[in-house]
Amino acid sequence: MRIFDKLPPMDHLRSEKMIFVQLIMPVESAHRAITYLGDLGLLQFKDLNKDKSPFQRTFANQVKRCGEMSRKLNFFKDQISKAGLLSTPRPALRSDVDLEELEVQLADHESELLEMNANSEKLRQSYNELFEFKLVLLKAGGFLVSAQNQTSTHEREMEENLYTAEDYGDRASLLEQEMQPEPSSKAGLRFISGIICKSKSLKFERMLFRATRGNMFFHQAPAEEHVMDPVTGEMVEKTVFVVYFSGEQAKSKIVKICAAFGANCYPVPEDISKQRQMTSEVLTRLSELEATLDAGIRHRNKGLSSIGSHLSKWTLLVRKEKAVYDTLNMLNFDVTKKCLVGEGWCPIFAKPQIQEALQHATIDSNSQVGIIFHVMNAVESPPTYFKTNRFTHAFQEIVDAYGVARYQEANPGVYTVITFPFLFAVMFGDWATAFACYWDHWCLYCERIDLDLRYISSALTLPRLGSFMEMAFGGRYVLLLMSLFSIYCGLIYNEFFSRSFQIFGSSAYKCREPNLRPYRFGVDPRWRGSRTELPFLNSLKMKMSILFGVTQMNLGIILSFFNAKFFGTSLDIWYQFTPQIINSLFGYLALLIVVKWCSGSQADLYHVMIYMFLSPTDDLKENQLFWGQRTLQILLLLVAIIAIPWMLFPKPFILRKLNTERFQGRTYGILVTSEIDLDSEPDSARPHVEDFNFSEVFVHQMIHSIEFILGAVSNTASYLRLWALSLAHSELSTVFFEKVLLLAWGYDNAIIRLLGLAVFAFATTFVLLMMETLSALLHSLRLHWVEFQGKFYYGDGYKFRPFSFAAALADVDDD
Amino acid sequence: MYGFEAMTFNIHGGYLEAIVRGHRSSLLTAADYNNLCQCESLDDIKMHLSATEYGPYLQNEPSPLHTTTIVEKCTLKLVDEYKHMLCQATEPLSTFLEYITYGHMIDNVVLIVTGTLHERDVHELLDKCHPLGMFDSIATLAVATNMRELYRLVLVDTPLAPYFSECITSEDLDDMNIEIMRNTLYKAYLEDFNRFCQTLGGATAEIMSDLLAFEADRRAVNITINSIGTELTRDDRRKLYSNFGLLYPYGHEELAICEDIEQVRGVMEKYPPYQSIFAKVSYGESQLLDNAFYVEEVKRLCLAFEQQFHYAVFFAYIRLREQEIRNLMWISECVAQNQKSRVHDSVVFIF
Repeated sequence: MRIFDKLPPMDHLRSEKMIFVQLIMPVESAHRAITYLGDLGLLQFKDLNKDKSPFQRTFANQVKRCGEMSRKLNFFKDQISKAGLLSTPRPALRSDVDLEELEVQLADHESELLEMNANSEKLRQSYNELFEFKLVLLKAGGFLVSAQNQTSTHEREMEENLYTAEDYGDRASLLEQEMQPEPSSKAGLRFISGIICKSKSLKFERMLFRATRGNMFFHQAPAEEHVMDPVTGEMVEKTVFVVYFSGEQAKSKIVKICAAFGANCYPVPEDISKQRQMTSEVLTRLSELEATLDAGIRHRNKGLSSIGSHLSKWTLLVRKEKAVYDTLNMLNFDVTKKCLVGEGWCPIFAKPQIQEALQHATIDSNSQVGIIFHVMNAVESPPTYFKTNRFTHAFQEIVDAYGVARYQEANPGVYTVITFPFLFAVMFGDWATAFACYWDHWCLYCERIDLDLRYISSALTLPRLGSFMEMAFGGRYVLLLMSLFSIYCGLIYNEFFSRSFQIFGSSAYKCREPNLRPYRFGVDPRWRGSRTELPFLNSLKMKMSILFGVTQMNLGIILSFFNAKFFGTSLDIWYQFTPQIINSLFGYLALLIVVKWCSGSQADLYHVMIYMFLSPTDDLKENQLFWGQRTLQILLLLVAIIAIPWMLFPKPFILRKLNTERFQGRTYGILVTSEIDLDSEPDSARPHVEDFNFSEVFVHQMIHSIEFILGAVSNTASYLRLWALSLAHSELSTVFFEKVLLLAWGYDNAIIRLLGLAVFAFATTFVLLMMETLSALLHSLRLHWVEFQGKFYYGDGYKFRPFSFAAALADVDDD
Repeated sequence: MYGFEAMTFNIHGGYLEAIVRGHRSSLLTAADYNNLCQCESLDDIKMHLSATEYGPYLQNEPSPLHTTTIVEKCTLKLVDEYKHMLCQATEPLSTFLEYITYGHMIDNVVLIVTGTLHERDVHELLDKCHPLGMFDSIATLAVATNMRELYRLVLVDTPLAPYFSECITSEDLDDMNIEIMRNTLYKAYLEDFNRFCQTLGGATAEIMSDLLAFEADRRAVNITINSIGTELTRDDRRKLYSNFGLLYPYGHEELAICEDIEQVRGVMEKYPPYQSIFAKVSYGESQLLDNAFYVEEVKRLCLAFEQQFHYAVFFAYIRLREQEIRNLMWISECVAQNQKSRVHDSVVFIF
């Protein structure tokens, strides 16, 4: 064990050392201090006001104001995008805007904008009315005129017996003409003209028909020009209508119905000359209004674009302020109400940086009293913080998806960086498809660079890729390593769309080759297509999978030793790690495989393994691989049998003994402490006394032991999926290549060949590149999570989430 | 196929049931209500609600907030959810969902007709209508002056048309007539809904018949209490009771002849499920009766979620959400009018 003590401390495996700190800030410098800490982003604040609802907290008012301001900013953004303007941020003239100042400014801008909107709304309304009036005049006037013209040809049309509707119309217009001299004071035939949405016109007509019991005539024509809907701002198709009716009651009904359907009624004079006069009046007023409207819009756009130039800066500021106040809300006021007390976690290395930031804050806010920053003891376990870079981030995410590491626990993420893509590649080994993956990676990369360039040049809001693309881009380095390893494995398997190439020298099995030299790298291309191809490759890949599996699982067990050593639990080393590592029947299998490969022996490994259990004392005969094999086997078997009770029994009993020793003669002590615990504050640093429940511990240990022993078999078998998937991949690509592409190529027809090529390309892309990638990814995920991490990883920690502006802003962007 | 819904229900109803159960879990809890009751101003309420699913609906409201805005936005959320579910629904679930809104439709019709009777502006009335009970030609209701016209002009197009067969008279509309019309319509609606649920069979029929029976009985009690001391004859009163429910038929006979609240209490206490409701309401406090009924209803609606593979969850969810909106309205009114001592009076905790 001495050797292990001398090893370097394995910093990369452990999460950052954290300390629990307390900050006591004078009120006047608190805001600035938090801002600086947010810029730094290395301190995680603990919520000290958990029992208070959001509006009871100290800075609820400020948070509310920030919410109000961001609402205003959203409103501006909406208006700007509605107006179709592009906001181009100009270099800010004043770098610093005060929040109070900004609030006033925003309120001014909003009221100004609202007023402008209301004005233009009013203008737009009257414009719309006039516009509709114009349409009605043109159309309805047209009806009337045509009706008048028709009177001359009335009789002829009657004879021809045209549509009844027209018939009615004729009669109506006839009557109307008679009415014309005496205005419509008497109950006679009169009309109402107006305009209505096209979608409603059918129902409108039906309703009119019902209300007047059919005593009306409805004439409609679609308006050629679309009218803008004042509420939504969309262009709506409308229909001009004229209703002829008789009677005062009918009139009131129709007017009500018109109002109910939102149909706008406009009076149209029956006299043509009057009509013309009105039309010209309306047209002139329309053009006037149009000019006014345009001017208004130009003015508004100018205002909006000036807002737009500051918008992104303001938004940033408001979001930052909101984050600061949210954090301030987590702090406690001390008794004198002069200081704010905050508690939180920070990594040890960040201590000087934080102190420096706090000092700056004190100086910048001209505070008399400095900010007190000191380390405290904490009851709860610290958060886990791994420093990652762009490359390791995705791999760490893979591990975190299973569970965040316990504080300072060995981090499997370090190994995952290589083992994950490698195990993937073992399953995916085909260097043609791997090249395609590699190409994907570059496409992703270039696309992102392209986006970044555009972002820099236009400096608009941050471009967001689609969620799938975002995910793929986040895992670009995973993809890169996976494809590189796949190329490597593909070269070893010598597979290129199920073809093999002679890249590395000539085959060893060529006829008339005088000196049998093995093929230089990977599988000999001669195997391809031979009758023994599958048995050979299967045996190779199976053995390889077991070797990888045993190696990786042993690494896991060894990591559990380092964990136990680090946390100083010698109990775990002696009664958990030791029986586990010596219980290595599969390690023996791995050894046999290697020996067999090196010696070229013909021994049957199944036979060796099976008879090792059935009759360990028998002679091995031709299956003997090395001297002393039988003794070793018996020894291993004995050790394996001993290891089971070793793992199962001592640990719980020793734990019980330790526990009883600890509380000997202190039976009353427990009661007292528990009472004190109830009274004391929740965040006091008093160590909690946990109840020791023997049966629970024993059952737990039993489950753990059984899991390990059964797992030794099933986990090793689980690694055979490496072989199975690789087999499936190569068989699938063989099928696609031979049964699709070669079959199509057999025809001497360009169309069939093209078709075959297309089917082959699609099958390769969707089945091999997408489905197979996903399944290999999932399987290697499983191997890492269950088989590897199950050996040592607790994964019950929680992540370090420092208060930082960058994270807060990114969060908002996600919404 | 009672008992075998599990085999086929999810083909059409599975997605929506999942959706509605998801919505249910976003209902405000007792802890939320406790926090809301402590609010000092409407802005506080908005702030608290912004942490719930109402957040997106309220976040863009300018700061001086009104109770009506809060209620409006909360209702808007319900309507959005309902519309989404209706779009996704297939037969017979879509019909079931439509049935849920008919009650609001009846209320809206009555509201508009009463409003026009008192010469209110139609558009003002339209704003007050419940958005779930809107139909295309609702604004035209103002044109009608008597029941027959009302039916012939407007309602013949709506799903309410069949319910009108019992109340077409040529009498002019007045307050009394309208109220009778509302109750007749409601009776026909509840009976029709109940019949429809029975045709669906299975757990839907079982649970819905319980819920609708409760609804019918509650209406019977309310009609009785409201008609005490009016000129409504006993036979007319008897006609307004729905022909199903726990009280049907003997309870109805007894309710029809009640002359004061104590007699109603005497009748209702014969029925064990309602005994507890009336036991809670001490003598002379009839205004609390509504609230007691609401509490009981919420309890029953929550129980509907205990079973799977039936449609009653949709009904229950919409009702629960409406109750929640009523609660929010009460709380915001209390907060706005500085009556915080009364805030607990009519808030019904759902969970």
